[in-house]
Amino acid sequence: MATVKASMAGNVWKVLVSEGEEVKAGQDVVILESMKMEIPIAAEEDGVVQKLIAQEGDFVNEDEDLLELQ
Amino acid sequence: MLKKILIANRGEIARRVIRTCKRLNIQTVAIYSEADQQALHVREADEAYCIGKPPVNQSYLKLEEIIKVAKESGAEAIHPGYGLLSENATFAKRCIEEGITFIGPSPKIITSMGSKIEARKTMKEAGVPIIEGVDLPLENEEAAIVGAKSIGYPLMLKASAGGGGIGMQLVHSEEELIKAFAGNKKRAETFFGDGTMYLERYISEPHHIEVQIIADTYGNIIPLWERECSIQRRNQKVVEEATSPFISEATREKMLQAAKDAAKHIQYTNAGTIEFLVDKDQNFYFLEMNTRLQVEHPVTEEITGLDLVEEQIRISSGLELSIKQEDVVKKGHAIEVRIYAEDPKTFFPNPGKITLLQLPEGEGIRHECAVESGSMVTPFYDPMIAKLVVWGNDRDEACKRLKQALLDYKIEGIKTNIPMLIKTISHEQFLKGYTTTKFVEEYYLPELATI
Repeated sequence: MATVKASMAGNVWKVLVSEGEEVKAGQDVVILESMKMEIPIAAEEDGVVQKLIAQEGDFVNEDEDLLELQ
Repeated sequence: MLKKILIANRGEIARRVIRTCKRLNIQTVAIYSEADQQALHVREADEAYCIGKPPVNQSYLKLEEIIKVAKESGAEAIHPGYGLLSENATFAKRCIEEGITFIGPSPKIITSMGSKIEARKTMKEAGVPIIEGVDLPLENEEAAIVGAKSIGYPLMLKASAGGGGIGMQLVHSEEELIKAFAGNKKRAETFFGDGTMYLERYISEPHHIEVQIIADTYGNIIPLWERECSIQRRNQKVVEEATSPFISEATREKMLQAAKDAAKHIQYTNAGTIEFLVDKDQNFYFLEMNTRLQVEHPVTEEITGLDLVEEQIRISSGLELSIKQEDVVKKGHAIEVRIYAEDPKTFFPNPGKITLLQLPEGEGIRHECAVESGSMVTPFYDPMIAKLVVWGNDRDEACKRLKQALLDYKIEGIKTNIPMLIKTISHEQFLKGYTTTKFVEEYYLPELATI
């Protein structure tokens, strides 16, 4: 079980994957918006999206969990 | 003269407007979000009202709420600053409907200049050169491909409602155009609520040079020289100077006249800026018009000795400009750098707490700063936290002063772009005055390893 974390504080602008979806390492899974800049967050390893934790529009702090990968 | 003004903005520009108001004995009303409770503009205004939560759409963009605060506090006018609601025609219109003076041009002008396609058409009528392009709102890839054939590649795909480089892409071939079209259109829809696209011929080695205009309601229009703003990263300006080291006196005269003609043609009032792209042979083309005060207005103030916020307030108070064209003299050279809370290598924003801030002092140094020791830089707003403006008798002196000031600039706790600024303004190409919009990728990025 691995979690994808926010690299910095910001708003969740877009969630690009859905639960049950297979993702590859390096694939963008969430786009954060911080200080007027969009920051793509990529999965660090291959896996299946187990659970979406952050929803579009949420504010997340640095290192906060965005989603769980199995 | 207006007696009480609400500032519908935050950060350094809110402080800047408050400063001029204090000098003119005008009462000031600040607005702030929950994240800005401790902000300097809140402390400095005569009154301050919280208007909502940190995200801008829940605070600084709530126009009805802001108008309500203006009415309740007895402010006769609203100064919108730059960004946020400054080019929002609905806001300007609602102010007027509620009997509040909007410090800026009419809603009609804001609307006509807000659409890039319409602005191009208007400028063509005014006899101002525009870049060859396809102005038909392009509905789909097919229309774009047909349009592209008439201009040829490379070309710029642009969003009509765009700004800040969003929805804009350089394409070299039909294949690239097809790839780029849908994504940029979608981005423009997401960001601006309008996915109208158009095409422009690509200008190589371009300079971004703009002319500052001030115009009162009596028909006095004065162009206040030009600003060179070519050095940009992520399509945002980083270094701005007045005047441009690149153009000749003859080109300068033509550009100032074109800007004046343009302002006259649309019956512009208040402060505004006409942006041009200038190619390597000094041909210039209208790019867009900003119907507000700009971030880089201080360099124009430094070389003219004027206070542009004061002129804006005079114009909106129904007074004439404080000066006539023949009274405006240009003195020396000024450069501004924007201090961003960001990683100097990746340009990624870097919010956090400023543990120490010590600003350099000295002759010809001016600060426009939104933070102090202990300030929190939050992730909700633009990463620009301060501007450093220097003046010198000539460009060389200004460059020397700027470098020293940047070396003496002490800011701790967050990363800033100061190392990048020092590299940029010490570069021999910059010192020679070779400043195209490609500067950062040509000269800064290859040297990154040395930071």
